Amino acid sequence: MKKYSIFSLVRNAVSYHERWSEAWRSPEPKGAYEVVIVGGGGHGLATAYYLAKEHGITNVAVVEKGWLGLGNTGRNTTIIRSNYLWDESAHLYEKSLQLYEGLSQELNFNIMLSQRGCLNLAHNQHDLRQLSRRVNAIRLNGIDSEILTAGQIKALVPILNCSPTARYPVLGGSLQRRGGTARHDAVAWAFARAADARGVDIIQNCEVTGIRRDGGRVTGVETTKGLIKAGKVGVVVAGHASVLAEMVGLRLPIESHPLQALVSEPIKPVLDTVVMSAAVHVYLSQSDKGELVLGAGIDSYNSYAQRGSLPIIEHMLAACVDLFPIVSRLRMLRQWAGIVDVCPDASPIVGKTPVEGFYVNFGWGTGGFKATPGSGWVFAYTIAQDRPHPLNEPFSLERFHTGYLVDEHGAAGVAH
Amino acid sequence: MSPQRHRLAAGGRIDRSRPLNFTFNGRRFEGYAGDTLASALIANGVTPVARSFKYHRPRGIVGAGAEEPNAIVQLETGARTQPNQRATRVELYDGLTAASVNCWPSVNFDLGAVNNLLKRLLPAGFYYKTFMWPPGFWMRYEYFIRRAAGLGKAPAAPDPDRYDKMHCHADVLVVGGGPSGLAAALAAGRTGARVILADGQNEFGGALLDGGAEIDGGPALDWVAAAVAELEAMAEVRLLPRATVAGYYDHNYLTIVERVTDHLGAAAPANLPRQRLWKVRAGQVVLATGSVERPLVFADNDRPGIMLASAAATYVNRYAAKPGSRAVVFTNNDSAYRVALDLAEAGIEVAAVVDPRPEPEGPLPARTRARGIEVLGGQAVVAAHGGGRVAAVEVMGLDQAGGGVIGESRRVRCDLVCVSGGWNPTVHLFSQSGGRLRYDDALAGFVPDRSAQAERSVGAAAGTFALADCLARGFEAGLEAAAEAGFRRKGRSRRAPKAPAQEEAPLRPFWVVPSTVARGRGTKHFIDLQNDVTVADVALAVREGYRSAEHLKRYTTMGMGTDQGKIGNVTGLAVLSELVDADIPSVGTTTFRPPYTPVGFGLLAGREVGALADPVRKTAIHRWHEDRGAAFEDVGQWKRPWYFPRAGESMHDAVNRECLAVRNSVGVMDASTLGKIDIQGPDALRLLNWVYTNAWDNLKIGRCRYGLMLGEDGMVMDDGVTTRLAEHHYLMTTTTGGAAGVLAWLEMWLQTEWLDLKVHLTSVTEHWATVAVAGPRARELLSALTSDIDLSAKAFPFMSMRAGTVAGVPARVFRISFTGELSFEINVPASYGMAVWNAVMMAGEKYGVTPFGTEAMHILRAEKGYIIVGDETDGTTTPGDVGMDWIVSKKKPDFIGKRSLSRPDTAREGRKQLVGLLTQDPKEVLPEGGQIVAEPEKKPPMKMIGHVTSSYWSASLGRSIALALVYGGHKRHGETVHVPLIGKTVSAVVSEPRFYDPEGVRLRG
Repeated sequence: MKKYSIFSLVRNAVSYHERWSEAWRSPEPKGAYEVVIVGGGGHGLATAYYLAKEHGITNVAVVEKGWLGLGNTGRNTTIIRSNYLWDESAHLYEKSLQLYEGLSQELNFNIMLSQRGCLNLAHNQHDLRQLSRRVNAIRLNGIDSEILTAGQIKALVPILNCSPTARYPVLGGSLQRRGGTARHDAVAWAFARAADARGVDIIQNCEVTGIRRDGGRVTGVETTKGLIKAGKVGVVVAGHASVLAEMVGLRLPIESHPLQALVSEPIKPVLDTVVMSAAVHVYLSQSDKGELVLGAGIDSYNSYAQRGSLPIIEHMLAACVDLFPIVSRLRMLRQWAGIVDVCPDASPIVGKTPVEGFYVNFGWGTGGFKATPGSGWVFAYTIAQDRPHPLNEPFSLERFHTGYLVDEHGAAGVAH
Repeated sequence: MSPQRHRLAAGGRIDRSRPLNFTFNGRRFEGYAGDTLASALIANGVTPVARSFKYHRPRGIVGAGAEEPNAIVQLETGARTQPNQRATRVELYDGLTAASVNCWPSVNFDLGAVNNLLKRLLPAGFYYKTFMWPPGFWMRYEYFIRRAAGLGKAPAAPDPDRYDKMHCHADVLVVGGGPSGLAAALAAGRTGARVILADGQNEFGGALLDGGAEIDGGPALDWVAAAVAELEAMAEVRLLPRATVAGYYDHNYLTIVERVTDHLGAAAPANLPRQRLWKVRAGQVVLATGSVERPLVFADNDRPGIMLASAAATYVNRYAAKPGSRAVVFTNNDSAYRVALDLAEAGIEVAAVVDPRPEPEGPLPARTRARGIEVLGGQAVVAAHGGGRVAAVEVMGLDQAGGGVIGESRRVRCDLVCVSGGWNPTVHLFSQSGGRLRYDDALAGFVPDRSAQAERSVGAAAGTFALADCLARGFEAGLEAAAEAGFRRKGRSRRAPKAPAQEEAPLRPFWVVPSTVARGRGTKHFIDLQNDVTVADVALAVREGYRSAEHLKRYTTMGMGTDQGKIGNVTGLAVLSELVDADIPSVGTTTFRPPYTPVGFGLLAGREVGALADPVRKTAIHRWHEDRGAAFEDVGQWKRPWYFPRAGESMHDAVNRECLAVRNSVGVMDASTLGKIDIQGPDALRLLNWVYTNAWDNLKIGRCRYGLMLGEDGMVMDDGVTTRLAEHHYLMTTTTGGAAGVLAWLEMWLQTEWLDLKVHLTSVTEHWATVAVAGPRARELLSALTSDIDLSAKAFPFMSMRAGTVAGVPARVFRISFTGELSFEINVPASYGMAVWNAVMMAGEKYGVTPFGTEAMHILRAEKGYIIVGDETDGTTTPGDVGMDWIVSKKKPDFIGKRSLSRPDTAREGRKQLVGLLTQDPKEVLPEGGQIVAEPEKKPPMKMIGHVTSSYWSASLGRSIALALVYGGHKRHGETVHVPLIGKTVSAVVSEPRFYDPEGVRLRG
């Protein structure tokens, strides 16, 4: 792997950038690998990278139905944070955030991690109570989080409508200063390049059509490029988990929904912080290019089509204009949707399955991007060691039998 | 003010009798009604008009429509300012003010142009390779990058304008009012079908507005006028000019953005919305969206004065504005010859037509030659010179394959280069609809192939360019669409409009012009003008492995500007296909996503902002609370009185007073917001047994019972009291915030799983006002207001209901209690609510009756240890966790959530359980949401064993109380636990979660 730096950039400028080498190879699949990862999104590529780096397993292929990083990895709103309520989630997402914090250097690829702070708004007394509970829990887990008053929020986000007469007045909020955004495509490309450099074969345009088993043990995957034998198979396919799991007869407690996002035309900076309001279903940030990036709530119907319905967009923008009155005259440039696999407790499934050598990592719902490195890290451990890491042990498939759920719906209850 | 130096003396569709003043970059100019900002700038010879996004190179106007990548302006100032407007789409009005974006201090002298000097260091994706040292410094670099990025500026104030939404159905929606669309609308309209014709421009006619064409033996524009007049006269036809169809969603659902007053400036009438969003459900759609010309890419092809040939023709013919005085036309097809002739006709010198086709033949090249214009066949413009404006081009011969240049370079002086690389059908909406595209070799572009919805593309949008064919096919498509929507041609059949046939030679697919210098060395060949993406950038991306169309787009940002690559994308794909040595169709297109052109946030939000963001729900008694100065809290959509402060009273004082009044005398609360669901039908009882954990079989008429509702996961979802009103008639109450969710939940089960249950649900929350009278003197108070209800404890026991009259009003009185006191909840029809409330206040005067709000209610119930769903439960709490195992029937065969309760983790010991907490310092009130630890550490992390769910000062007890969920809490009574806060740790003793009258003597009294 040729190192990226200002020096290599200058050196290559002299030769008109004609001597850069490819970021990753595009090999044909070998007949067999020690591990095959199904799904070339951020999580899958991170898994392959950590398998090679942390566990010395380099005889790995990542097989991807289309082109790498173009599923949910390339469709999310790029928010990174670890302000989760329950210990289990807090530890997992915090691991991920810590990996993110060193990722540009580790992978030698600027993923543009921008820790500009992630602000969650509270609009009523019930929200405030929930927020306080969450912030206290996060803090005692050793993670940064603080409560802000409405006045502090106004100072931090001047364009926010903090009028007490707003339909949903901002009564307070919580801020995770280490939260922020990263360039989503760059995360996938950086992991792909680094994994490739360690010998991982990334095989694009190679769809898995079946899982080969012998007795209770997985032996390989059938693909559009032929049979690829594998000692172990890890499935990391956001938006398609149920389809892949069905290939080994596994039924999942997962529902797949469209989740929509949009960007505005690029404008000069108006928003330095990531702002989220669960009550009115809007979250937004401003990208380095100047676009406001907005995410909506899910479309309530099930679908595998990567498009959503207009009413969700209208509802979100109404909330957004209400919260940020100056954005009314900005314009939506692009809208799109990804398919999110949602578990009943809004937490992922990362672990072993009843099929030997067959591991799963999916169900990240609406929040998978922030987990990318952490997810890859624990999944690589799980595959390499054939047992979950303590960080992902709570996120087993069995929890839906035992009832040990990690309910991250947030304020799931209602006010009296 | 400067004169309009570049205005032609005659012609055009402008109104010379209506001069309009406008300001651009601080200078005042004059244009005419009918101008766009772009045409007015051209008429005034203004150039450059913009700077590019990355290199800040000077740029001029390139197009004449929605495809414009360069002429992006900030329109107006103050609250009505509007960033990123295309000058080509802004209709001129008097007093218009606009400025170039993203340049400083001015468009002519822009310091950002230093980037152009550094361009060797700034290839595509340079930022992924650098700014990584020293670690953690990225955000400092980013600070400057952010300030350099972005185009226009957001307003600083809220939007003063209004936006409306319209919903309608159409049998046939015709998109685009050019010749094909007009013909389609006429054909469909004549059948009597309900037709909508929408077009983005201010007038119908599309490309015909450029003049010159003939239809039915006369000028095309006469036919357009007649067609529009005929359509206007049709009762079922709606014409929408200035209306861009922006989105094509599933089930033929389309959005149209109608610009109602944007073209009027300050003259806009106040009664009109600024824009309307039409949401159309169409039976059939005809896409007559036309096509966009594409450029040919040569060295430094971004110089101002280099524009699309069709745009130059539009400026000359439609706007009588001269985009230059000496032109070179560079084209690989016949259409631009017409432009050369039009320019010459308008008095613009055409230095040459440069055509890569070896021997351009046919009527158009012949006419051009005959006009005395030199035609240079087999040649190409290889480079442009000039600074703020193109001054000359280099022309060289092409080898047979078009891959290299031959011969000597010839320099041709010019200030205008009209470029045509062929035409891209506007397939965006077709693609959004889910339709599949096909690459057409003759056209060298993508055309619609297979439709996914009830839709047909016609005219240039379908790759049909000859006017005669457009008219014929459009007419036919209109008839077909109407027929499929159920409307047949009736009466005498009218023939399709006719136009003379035209003969055109095929184009020569040609994308990037070779030159003597290797690509990417020294000069720049721009593909995406707005984002400054060059051929060398595409080559770099391919070299580095970003070879799919989507990777290329994301790595180089090609096609991601505000124009979404309308002129450059296909060229980019062609370059990509050449570099990866695959044909264009196999490289594919990137996904076209809605909207076609950007749509305002405010428009999509519509009226649902401000006070209308979400309905505010107020009870029938709300006015009284307001008059008494109540503080309100939002609970769901409701405004509930939180407390009633008297003059000079703090919240704490007021709440204490309210609590003590209820405990010692009598208080009154507006409980109208509690959800009420009327349940009727012979299977009502079965429904209750399914959805509640306890058994309902033996509930007698007139008696009430408390119920807990669980989710399928066995977790508490809602609670409330349900009363049996008659044999098959119950009234269920829910939490205020949960009312809608519970109704939806019950309906979901009834409509998807229990279709056999004969039961009907009706939300009656707002039909009844509820006045809760609570306190030891409640009975005395109420007895003054009713004579037909026996209020004695014996006749009217706890948890029962009596119907009668209260204050002369028919009422249902429920003897239930959430405060722990003797309590009656008077339900009357909502319209009587205020009267009954007033009667209660008057009757209670002698007892000092005190209105109390939700805060006092919360405290009073916490003293009793009653849970609030959402506070003491959080979606992970079972009935057992909150000490309510008693309400879970062991005998019922099933109820929702029963199976989950027996899961190992749900049934295990030591779950988080509800307890009371008494702080060691009775004056210390724990914060709600405080986390509890058994052993406090000096600093985090600490092992948490629970959290404070509710915490108050109890005036009745003279100390603080709290409720908490603690692991194994039921067995921890008496233990000391700790709540670490910032700066201090509070210790408390775990207790029973009941602090006041644990036996419940008072409420049964």
